[in-house]
Amino acid sequence: MNIVVLVKQVPDTESPRKLKSDDSTLDRAAADGVINELDEYAIEEALRIKEAQGGEVTVLTMGPDKATDSIRKALAMGADKAVHLVDDALAGSDALQTSYAITQVLGRTGFDLVILGSESTDARTGVLAAMLAERLGVPQLSLANKVEIDGSAIKVQRITDYGFDRVEASLPAVVSVVEKINEPRYPSFKGIMAAKKKPVETLGAADAGLDAGQIGLANAATAVVDFAEAPPRAQGQIVTDEGDGGAKIAEFLASKKFV
Amino acid sequence: MAEILVLVDHVDGDVKKVTLELLTLANRLGEASAVWVGGGYDGAKDKLAEYGAQKVYVGSDEELTSYVVAPKAALLAQLVQDKAPAAVLVGATAEGKEIAGRLAVKIGSGVLTDVVDVADGFVAEHSIFGGGVIAHAKVNTGTPVIAVRPNSVPAEAAPASPAEEQVSVALSDADKAAKIVEKVVEEKGERPDLTEAAIVVSGGRGVGKDGFSIIEGLADSLGAAVGASRAATDAGWYPHQFQVGQTGKTVSPQLYVAVGISGAIQHRAGMQTSKTIIAINKDPEAPIFELVDFGVVGDLFQVAPQLTEEIIKRK
Repeated sequence: MNIVVLVKQVPDTESPRKLKSDDSTLDRAAADGVINELDEYAIEEALRIKEAQGGEVTVLTMGPDKATDSIRKALAMGADKAVHLVDDALAGSDALQTSYAITQVLGRTGFDLVILGSESTDARTGVLAAMLAERLGVPQLSLANKVEIDGSAIKVQRITDYGFDRVEASLPAVVSVVEKINEPRYPSFKGIMAAKKKPVETLGAADAGLDAGQIGLANAATAVVDFAEAPPRAQGQIVTDEGDGGAKIAEFLASKKFV
Repeated sequence: MAEILVLVDHVDGDVKKVTLELLTLANRLGEASAVWVGGGYDGAKDKLAEYGAQKVYVGSDEELTSYVVAPKAALLAQLVQDKAPAAVLVGATAEGKEIAGRLAVKIGSGVLTDVVDVADGFVAEHSIFGGGVIAHAKVNTGTPVIAVRPNSVPAEAAPASPAEEQVSVALSDADKAAKIVEKVVEEKGERPDLTEAAIVVSGGRGVGKDGFSIIEGLADSLGAAVGASRAATDAGWYPHQFQVGQTGKTVSPQLYVAVGISGAIQHRAGMQTSKTIIAINKDPEAPIFELVDFGVVGDLFQVAPQLTEEIIKRK
């Protein structure tokens, strides 16, 4: 089975995250890059499917040069090879354009299954799986916390507001996963060493056959108008409990008409 | 006034609060037209009228709800084509965002998600990086598709007498590729939905394995939803679907009560835009206290039950 797992490098939540003042895009230099957390669950699920079904796991990343750190981590966990779409012309692409670019690359790699995290911790748009399924014309099996594959039949449990849906489809398909679908493995020392020898294909926009008019900040379908740091919250009142802490909160709530 | 489509979010006819908020917002920007998909419309029509739907498009074909997301996007895409609305609004729930994404591809429009307000000219306000930055953005290609976060805009009753129009769409094979064979509704009791609740009471690491009954008691005294930090859900003390934070739900209630939660960035990202924040924590250095309107440094096992008792007394 040809499994492609999408990996995004995002700024570490623990480090300062900023937008750049010149073009309002993410300042990737300001923060340490890490692999998007939910993508680790996607990699783990891809590896488990490969271990059960056979096949190959390809990591696909779109992002700047330093995203190779995240690619290496995915390879160290056990993925077989990687494709890195990297081009300055892609900078500032929005979700619509990103889904276009990834669709084009998937056309080159081919796939039986595309797996990704349901959301990234930076933009948090949560739209990519839906957009890819729409563009590729394949089943959207998103927000999955359980995946079962039998031949070309695939079943997932899709998390909903009210519980979950049982969903059935046929491969090829796009699957997005939520936290708790599995417990991602840590790369072993052997895995880290092996990752250094695994093939990473680097593609530019032209290599991937991308239409220059459909990518990049200047052609994005959305634009940031302005931004500013949120005003800090006013310092509240903090008291030490002297046996009446609960009563004091109740008084505060009453003053604000909550009780 | 320009027509604005609002996709109704409902579970079997039970309309979610975010829909009423979107109708209010749409009427501020133009004229709200509700788009109903699925069964149960008759029981919900009065509510849509009460909150100002000027028109309702009713898509009740069973096919529309038998497949994952795509049919809803297909119906909206057809309405965009037929009615030429000024914008499409959906709730920024997990599924709402997916519908927005598919719709954007179908109609070649830009999409903005997790929006907290929309101003004239469809300039959308976002609260990003866990509430640290306020950004404004707009769609410059196609009909704007905007997913608005629940609890961002107060719903206001504005009674109307909407005209109804039955609508349907021919689905492609691709729209029908992911079949929903069963919808499993999990019992969630009497408490309000976490992302829509006006008040949320959350417990964290300090609460421990056996302490969540205290959190639930406090929540029930306030008519609140219960949330939990990642530390608590990872430890298995409370079910994962109640996790508030970066990898869980984002909430923006009128009142957020954090009990035994230190306030790591992972958690703050999910609750920082709450209007009023209260914390109980034994560590005076806990970062959660940087956010609070009122905080108590103390033992939650003393303070929280006392608070519950005081609230009940005041009723």
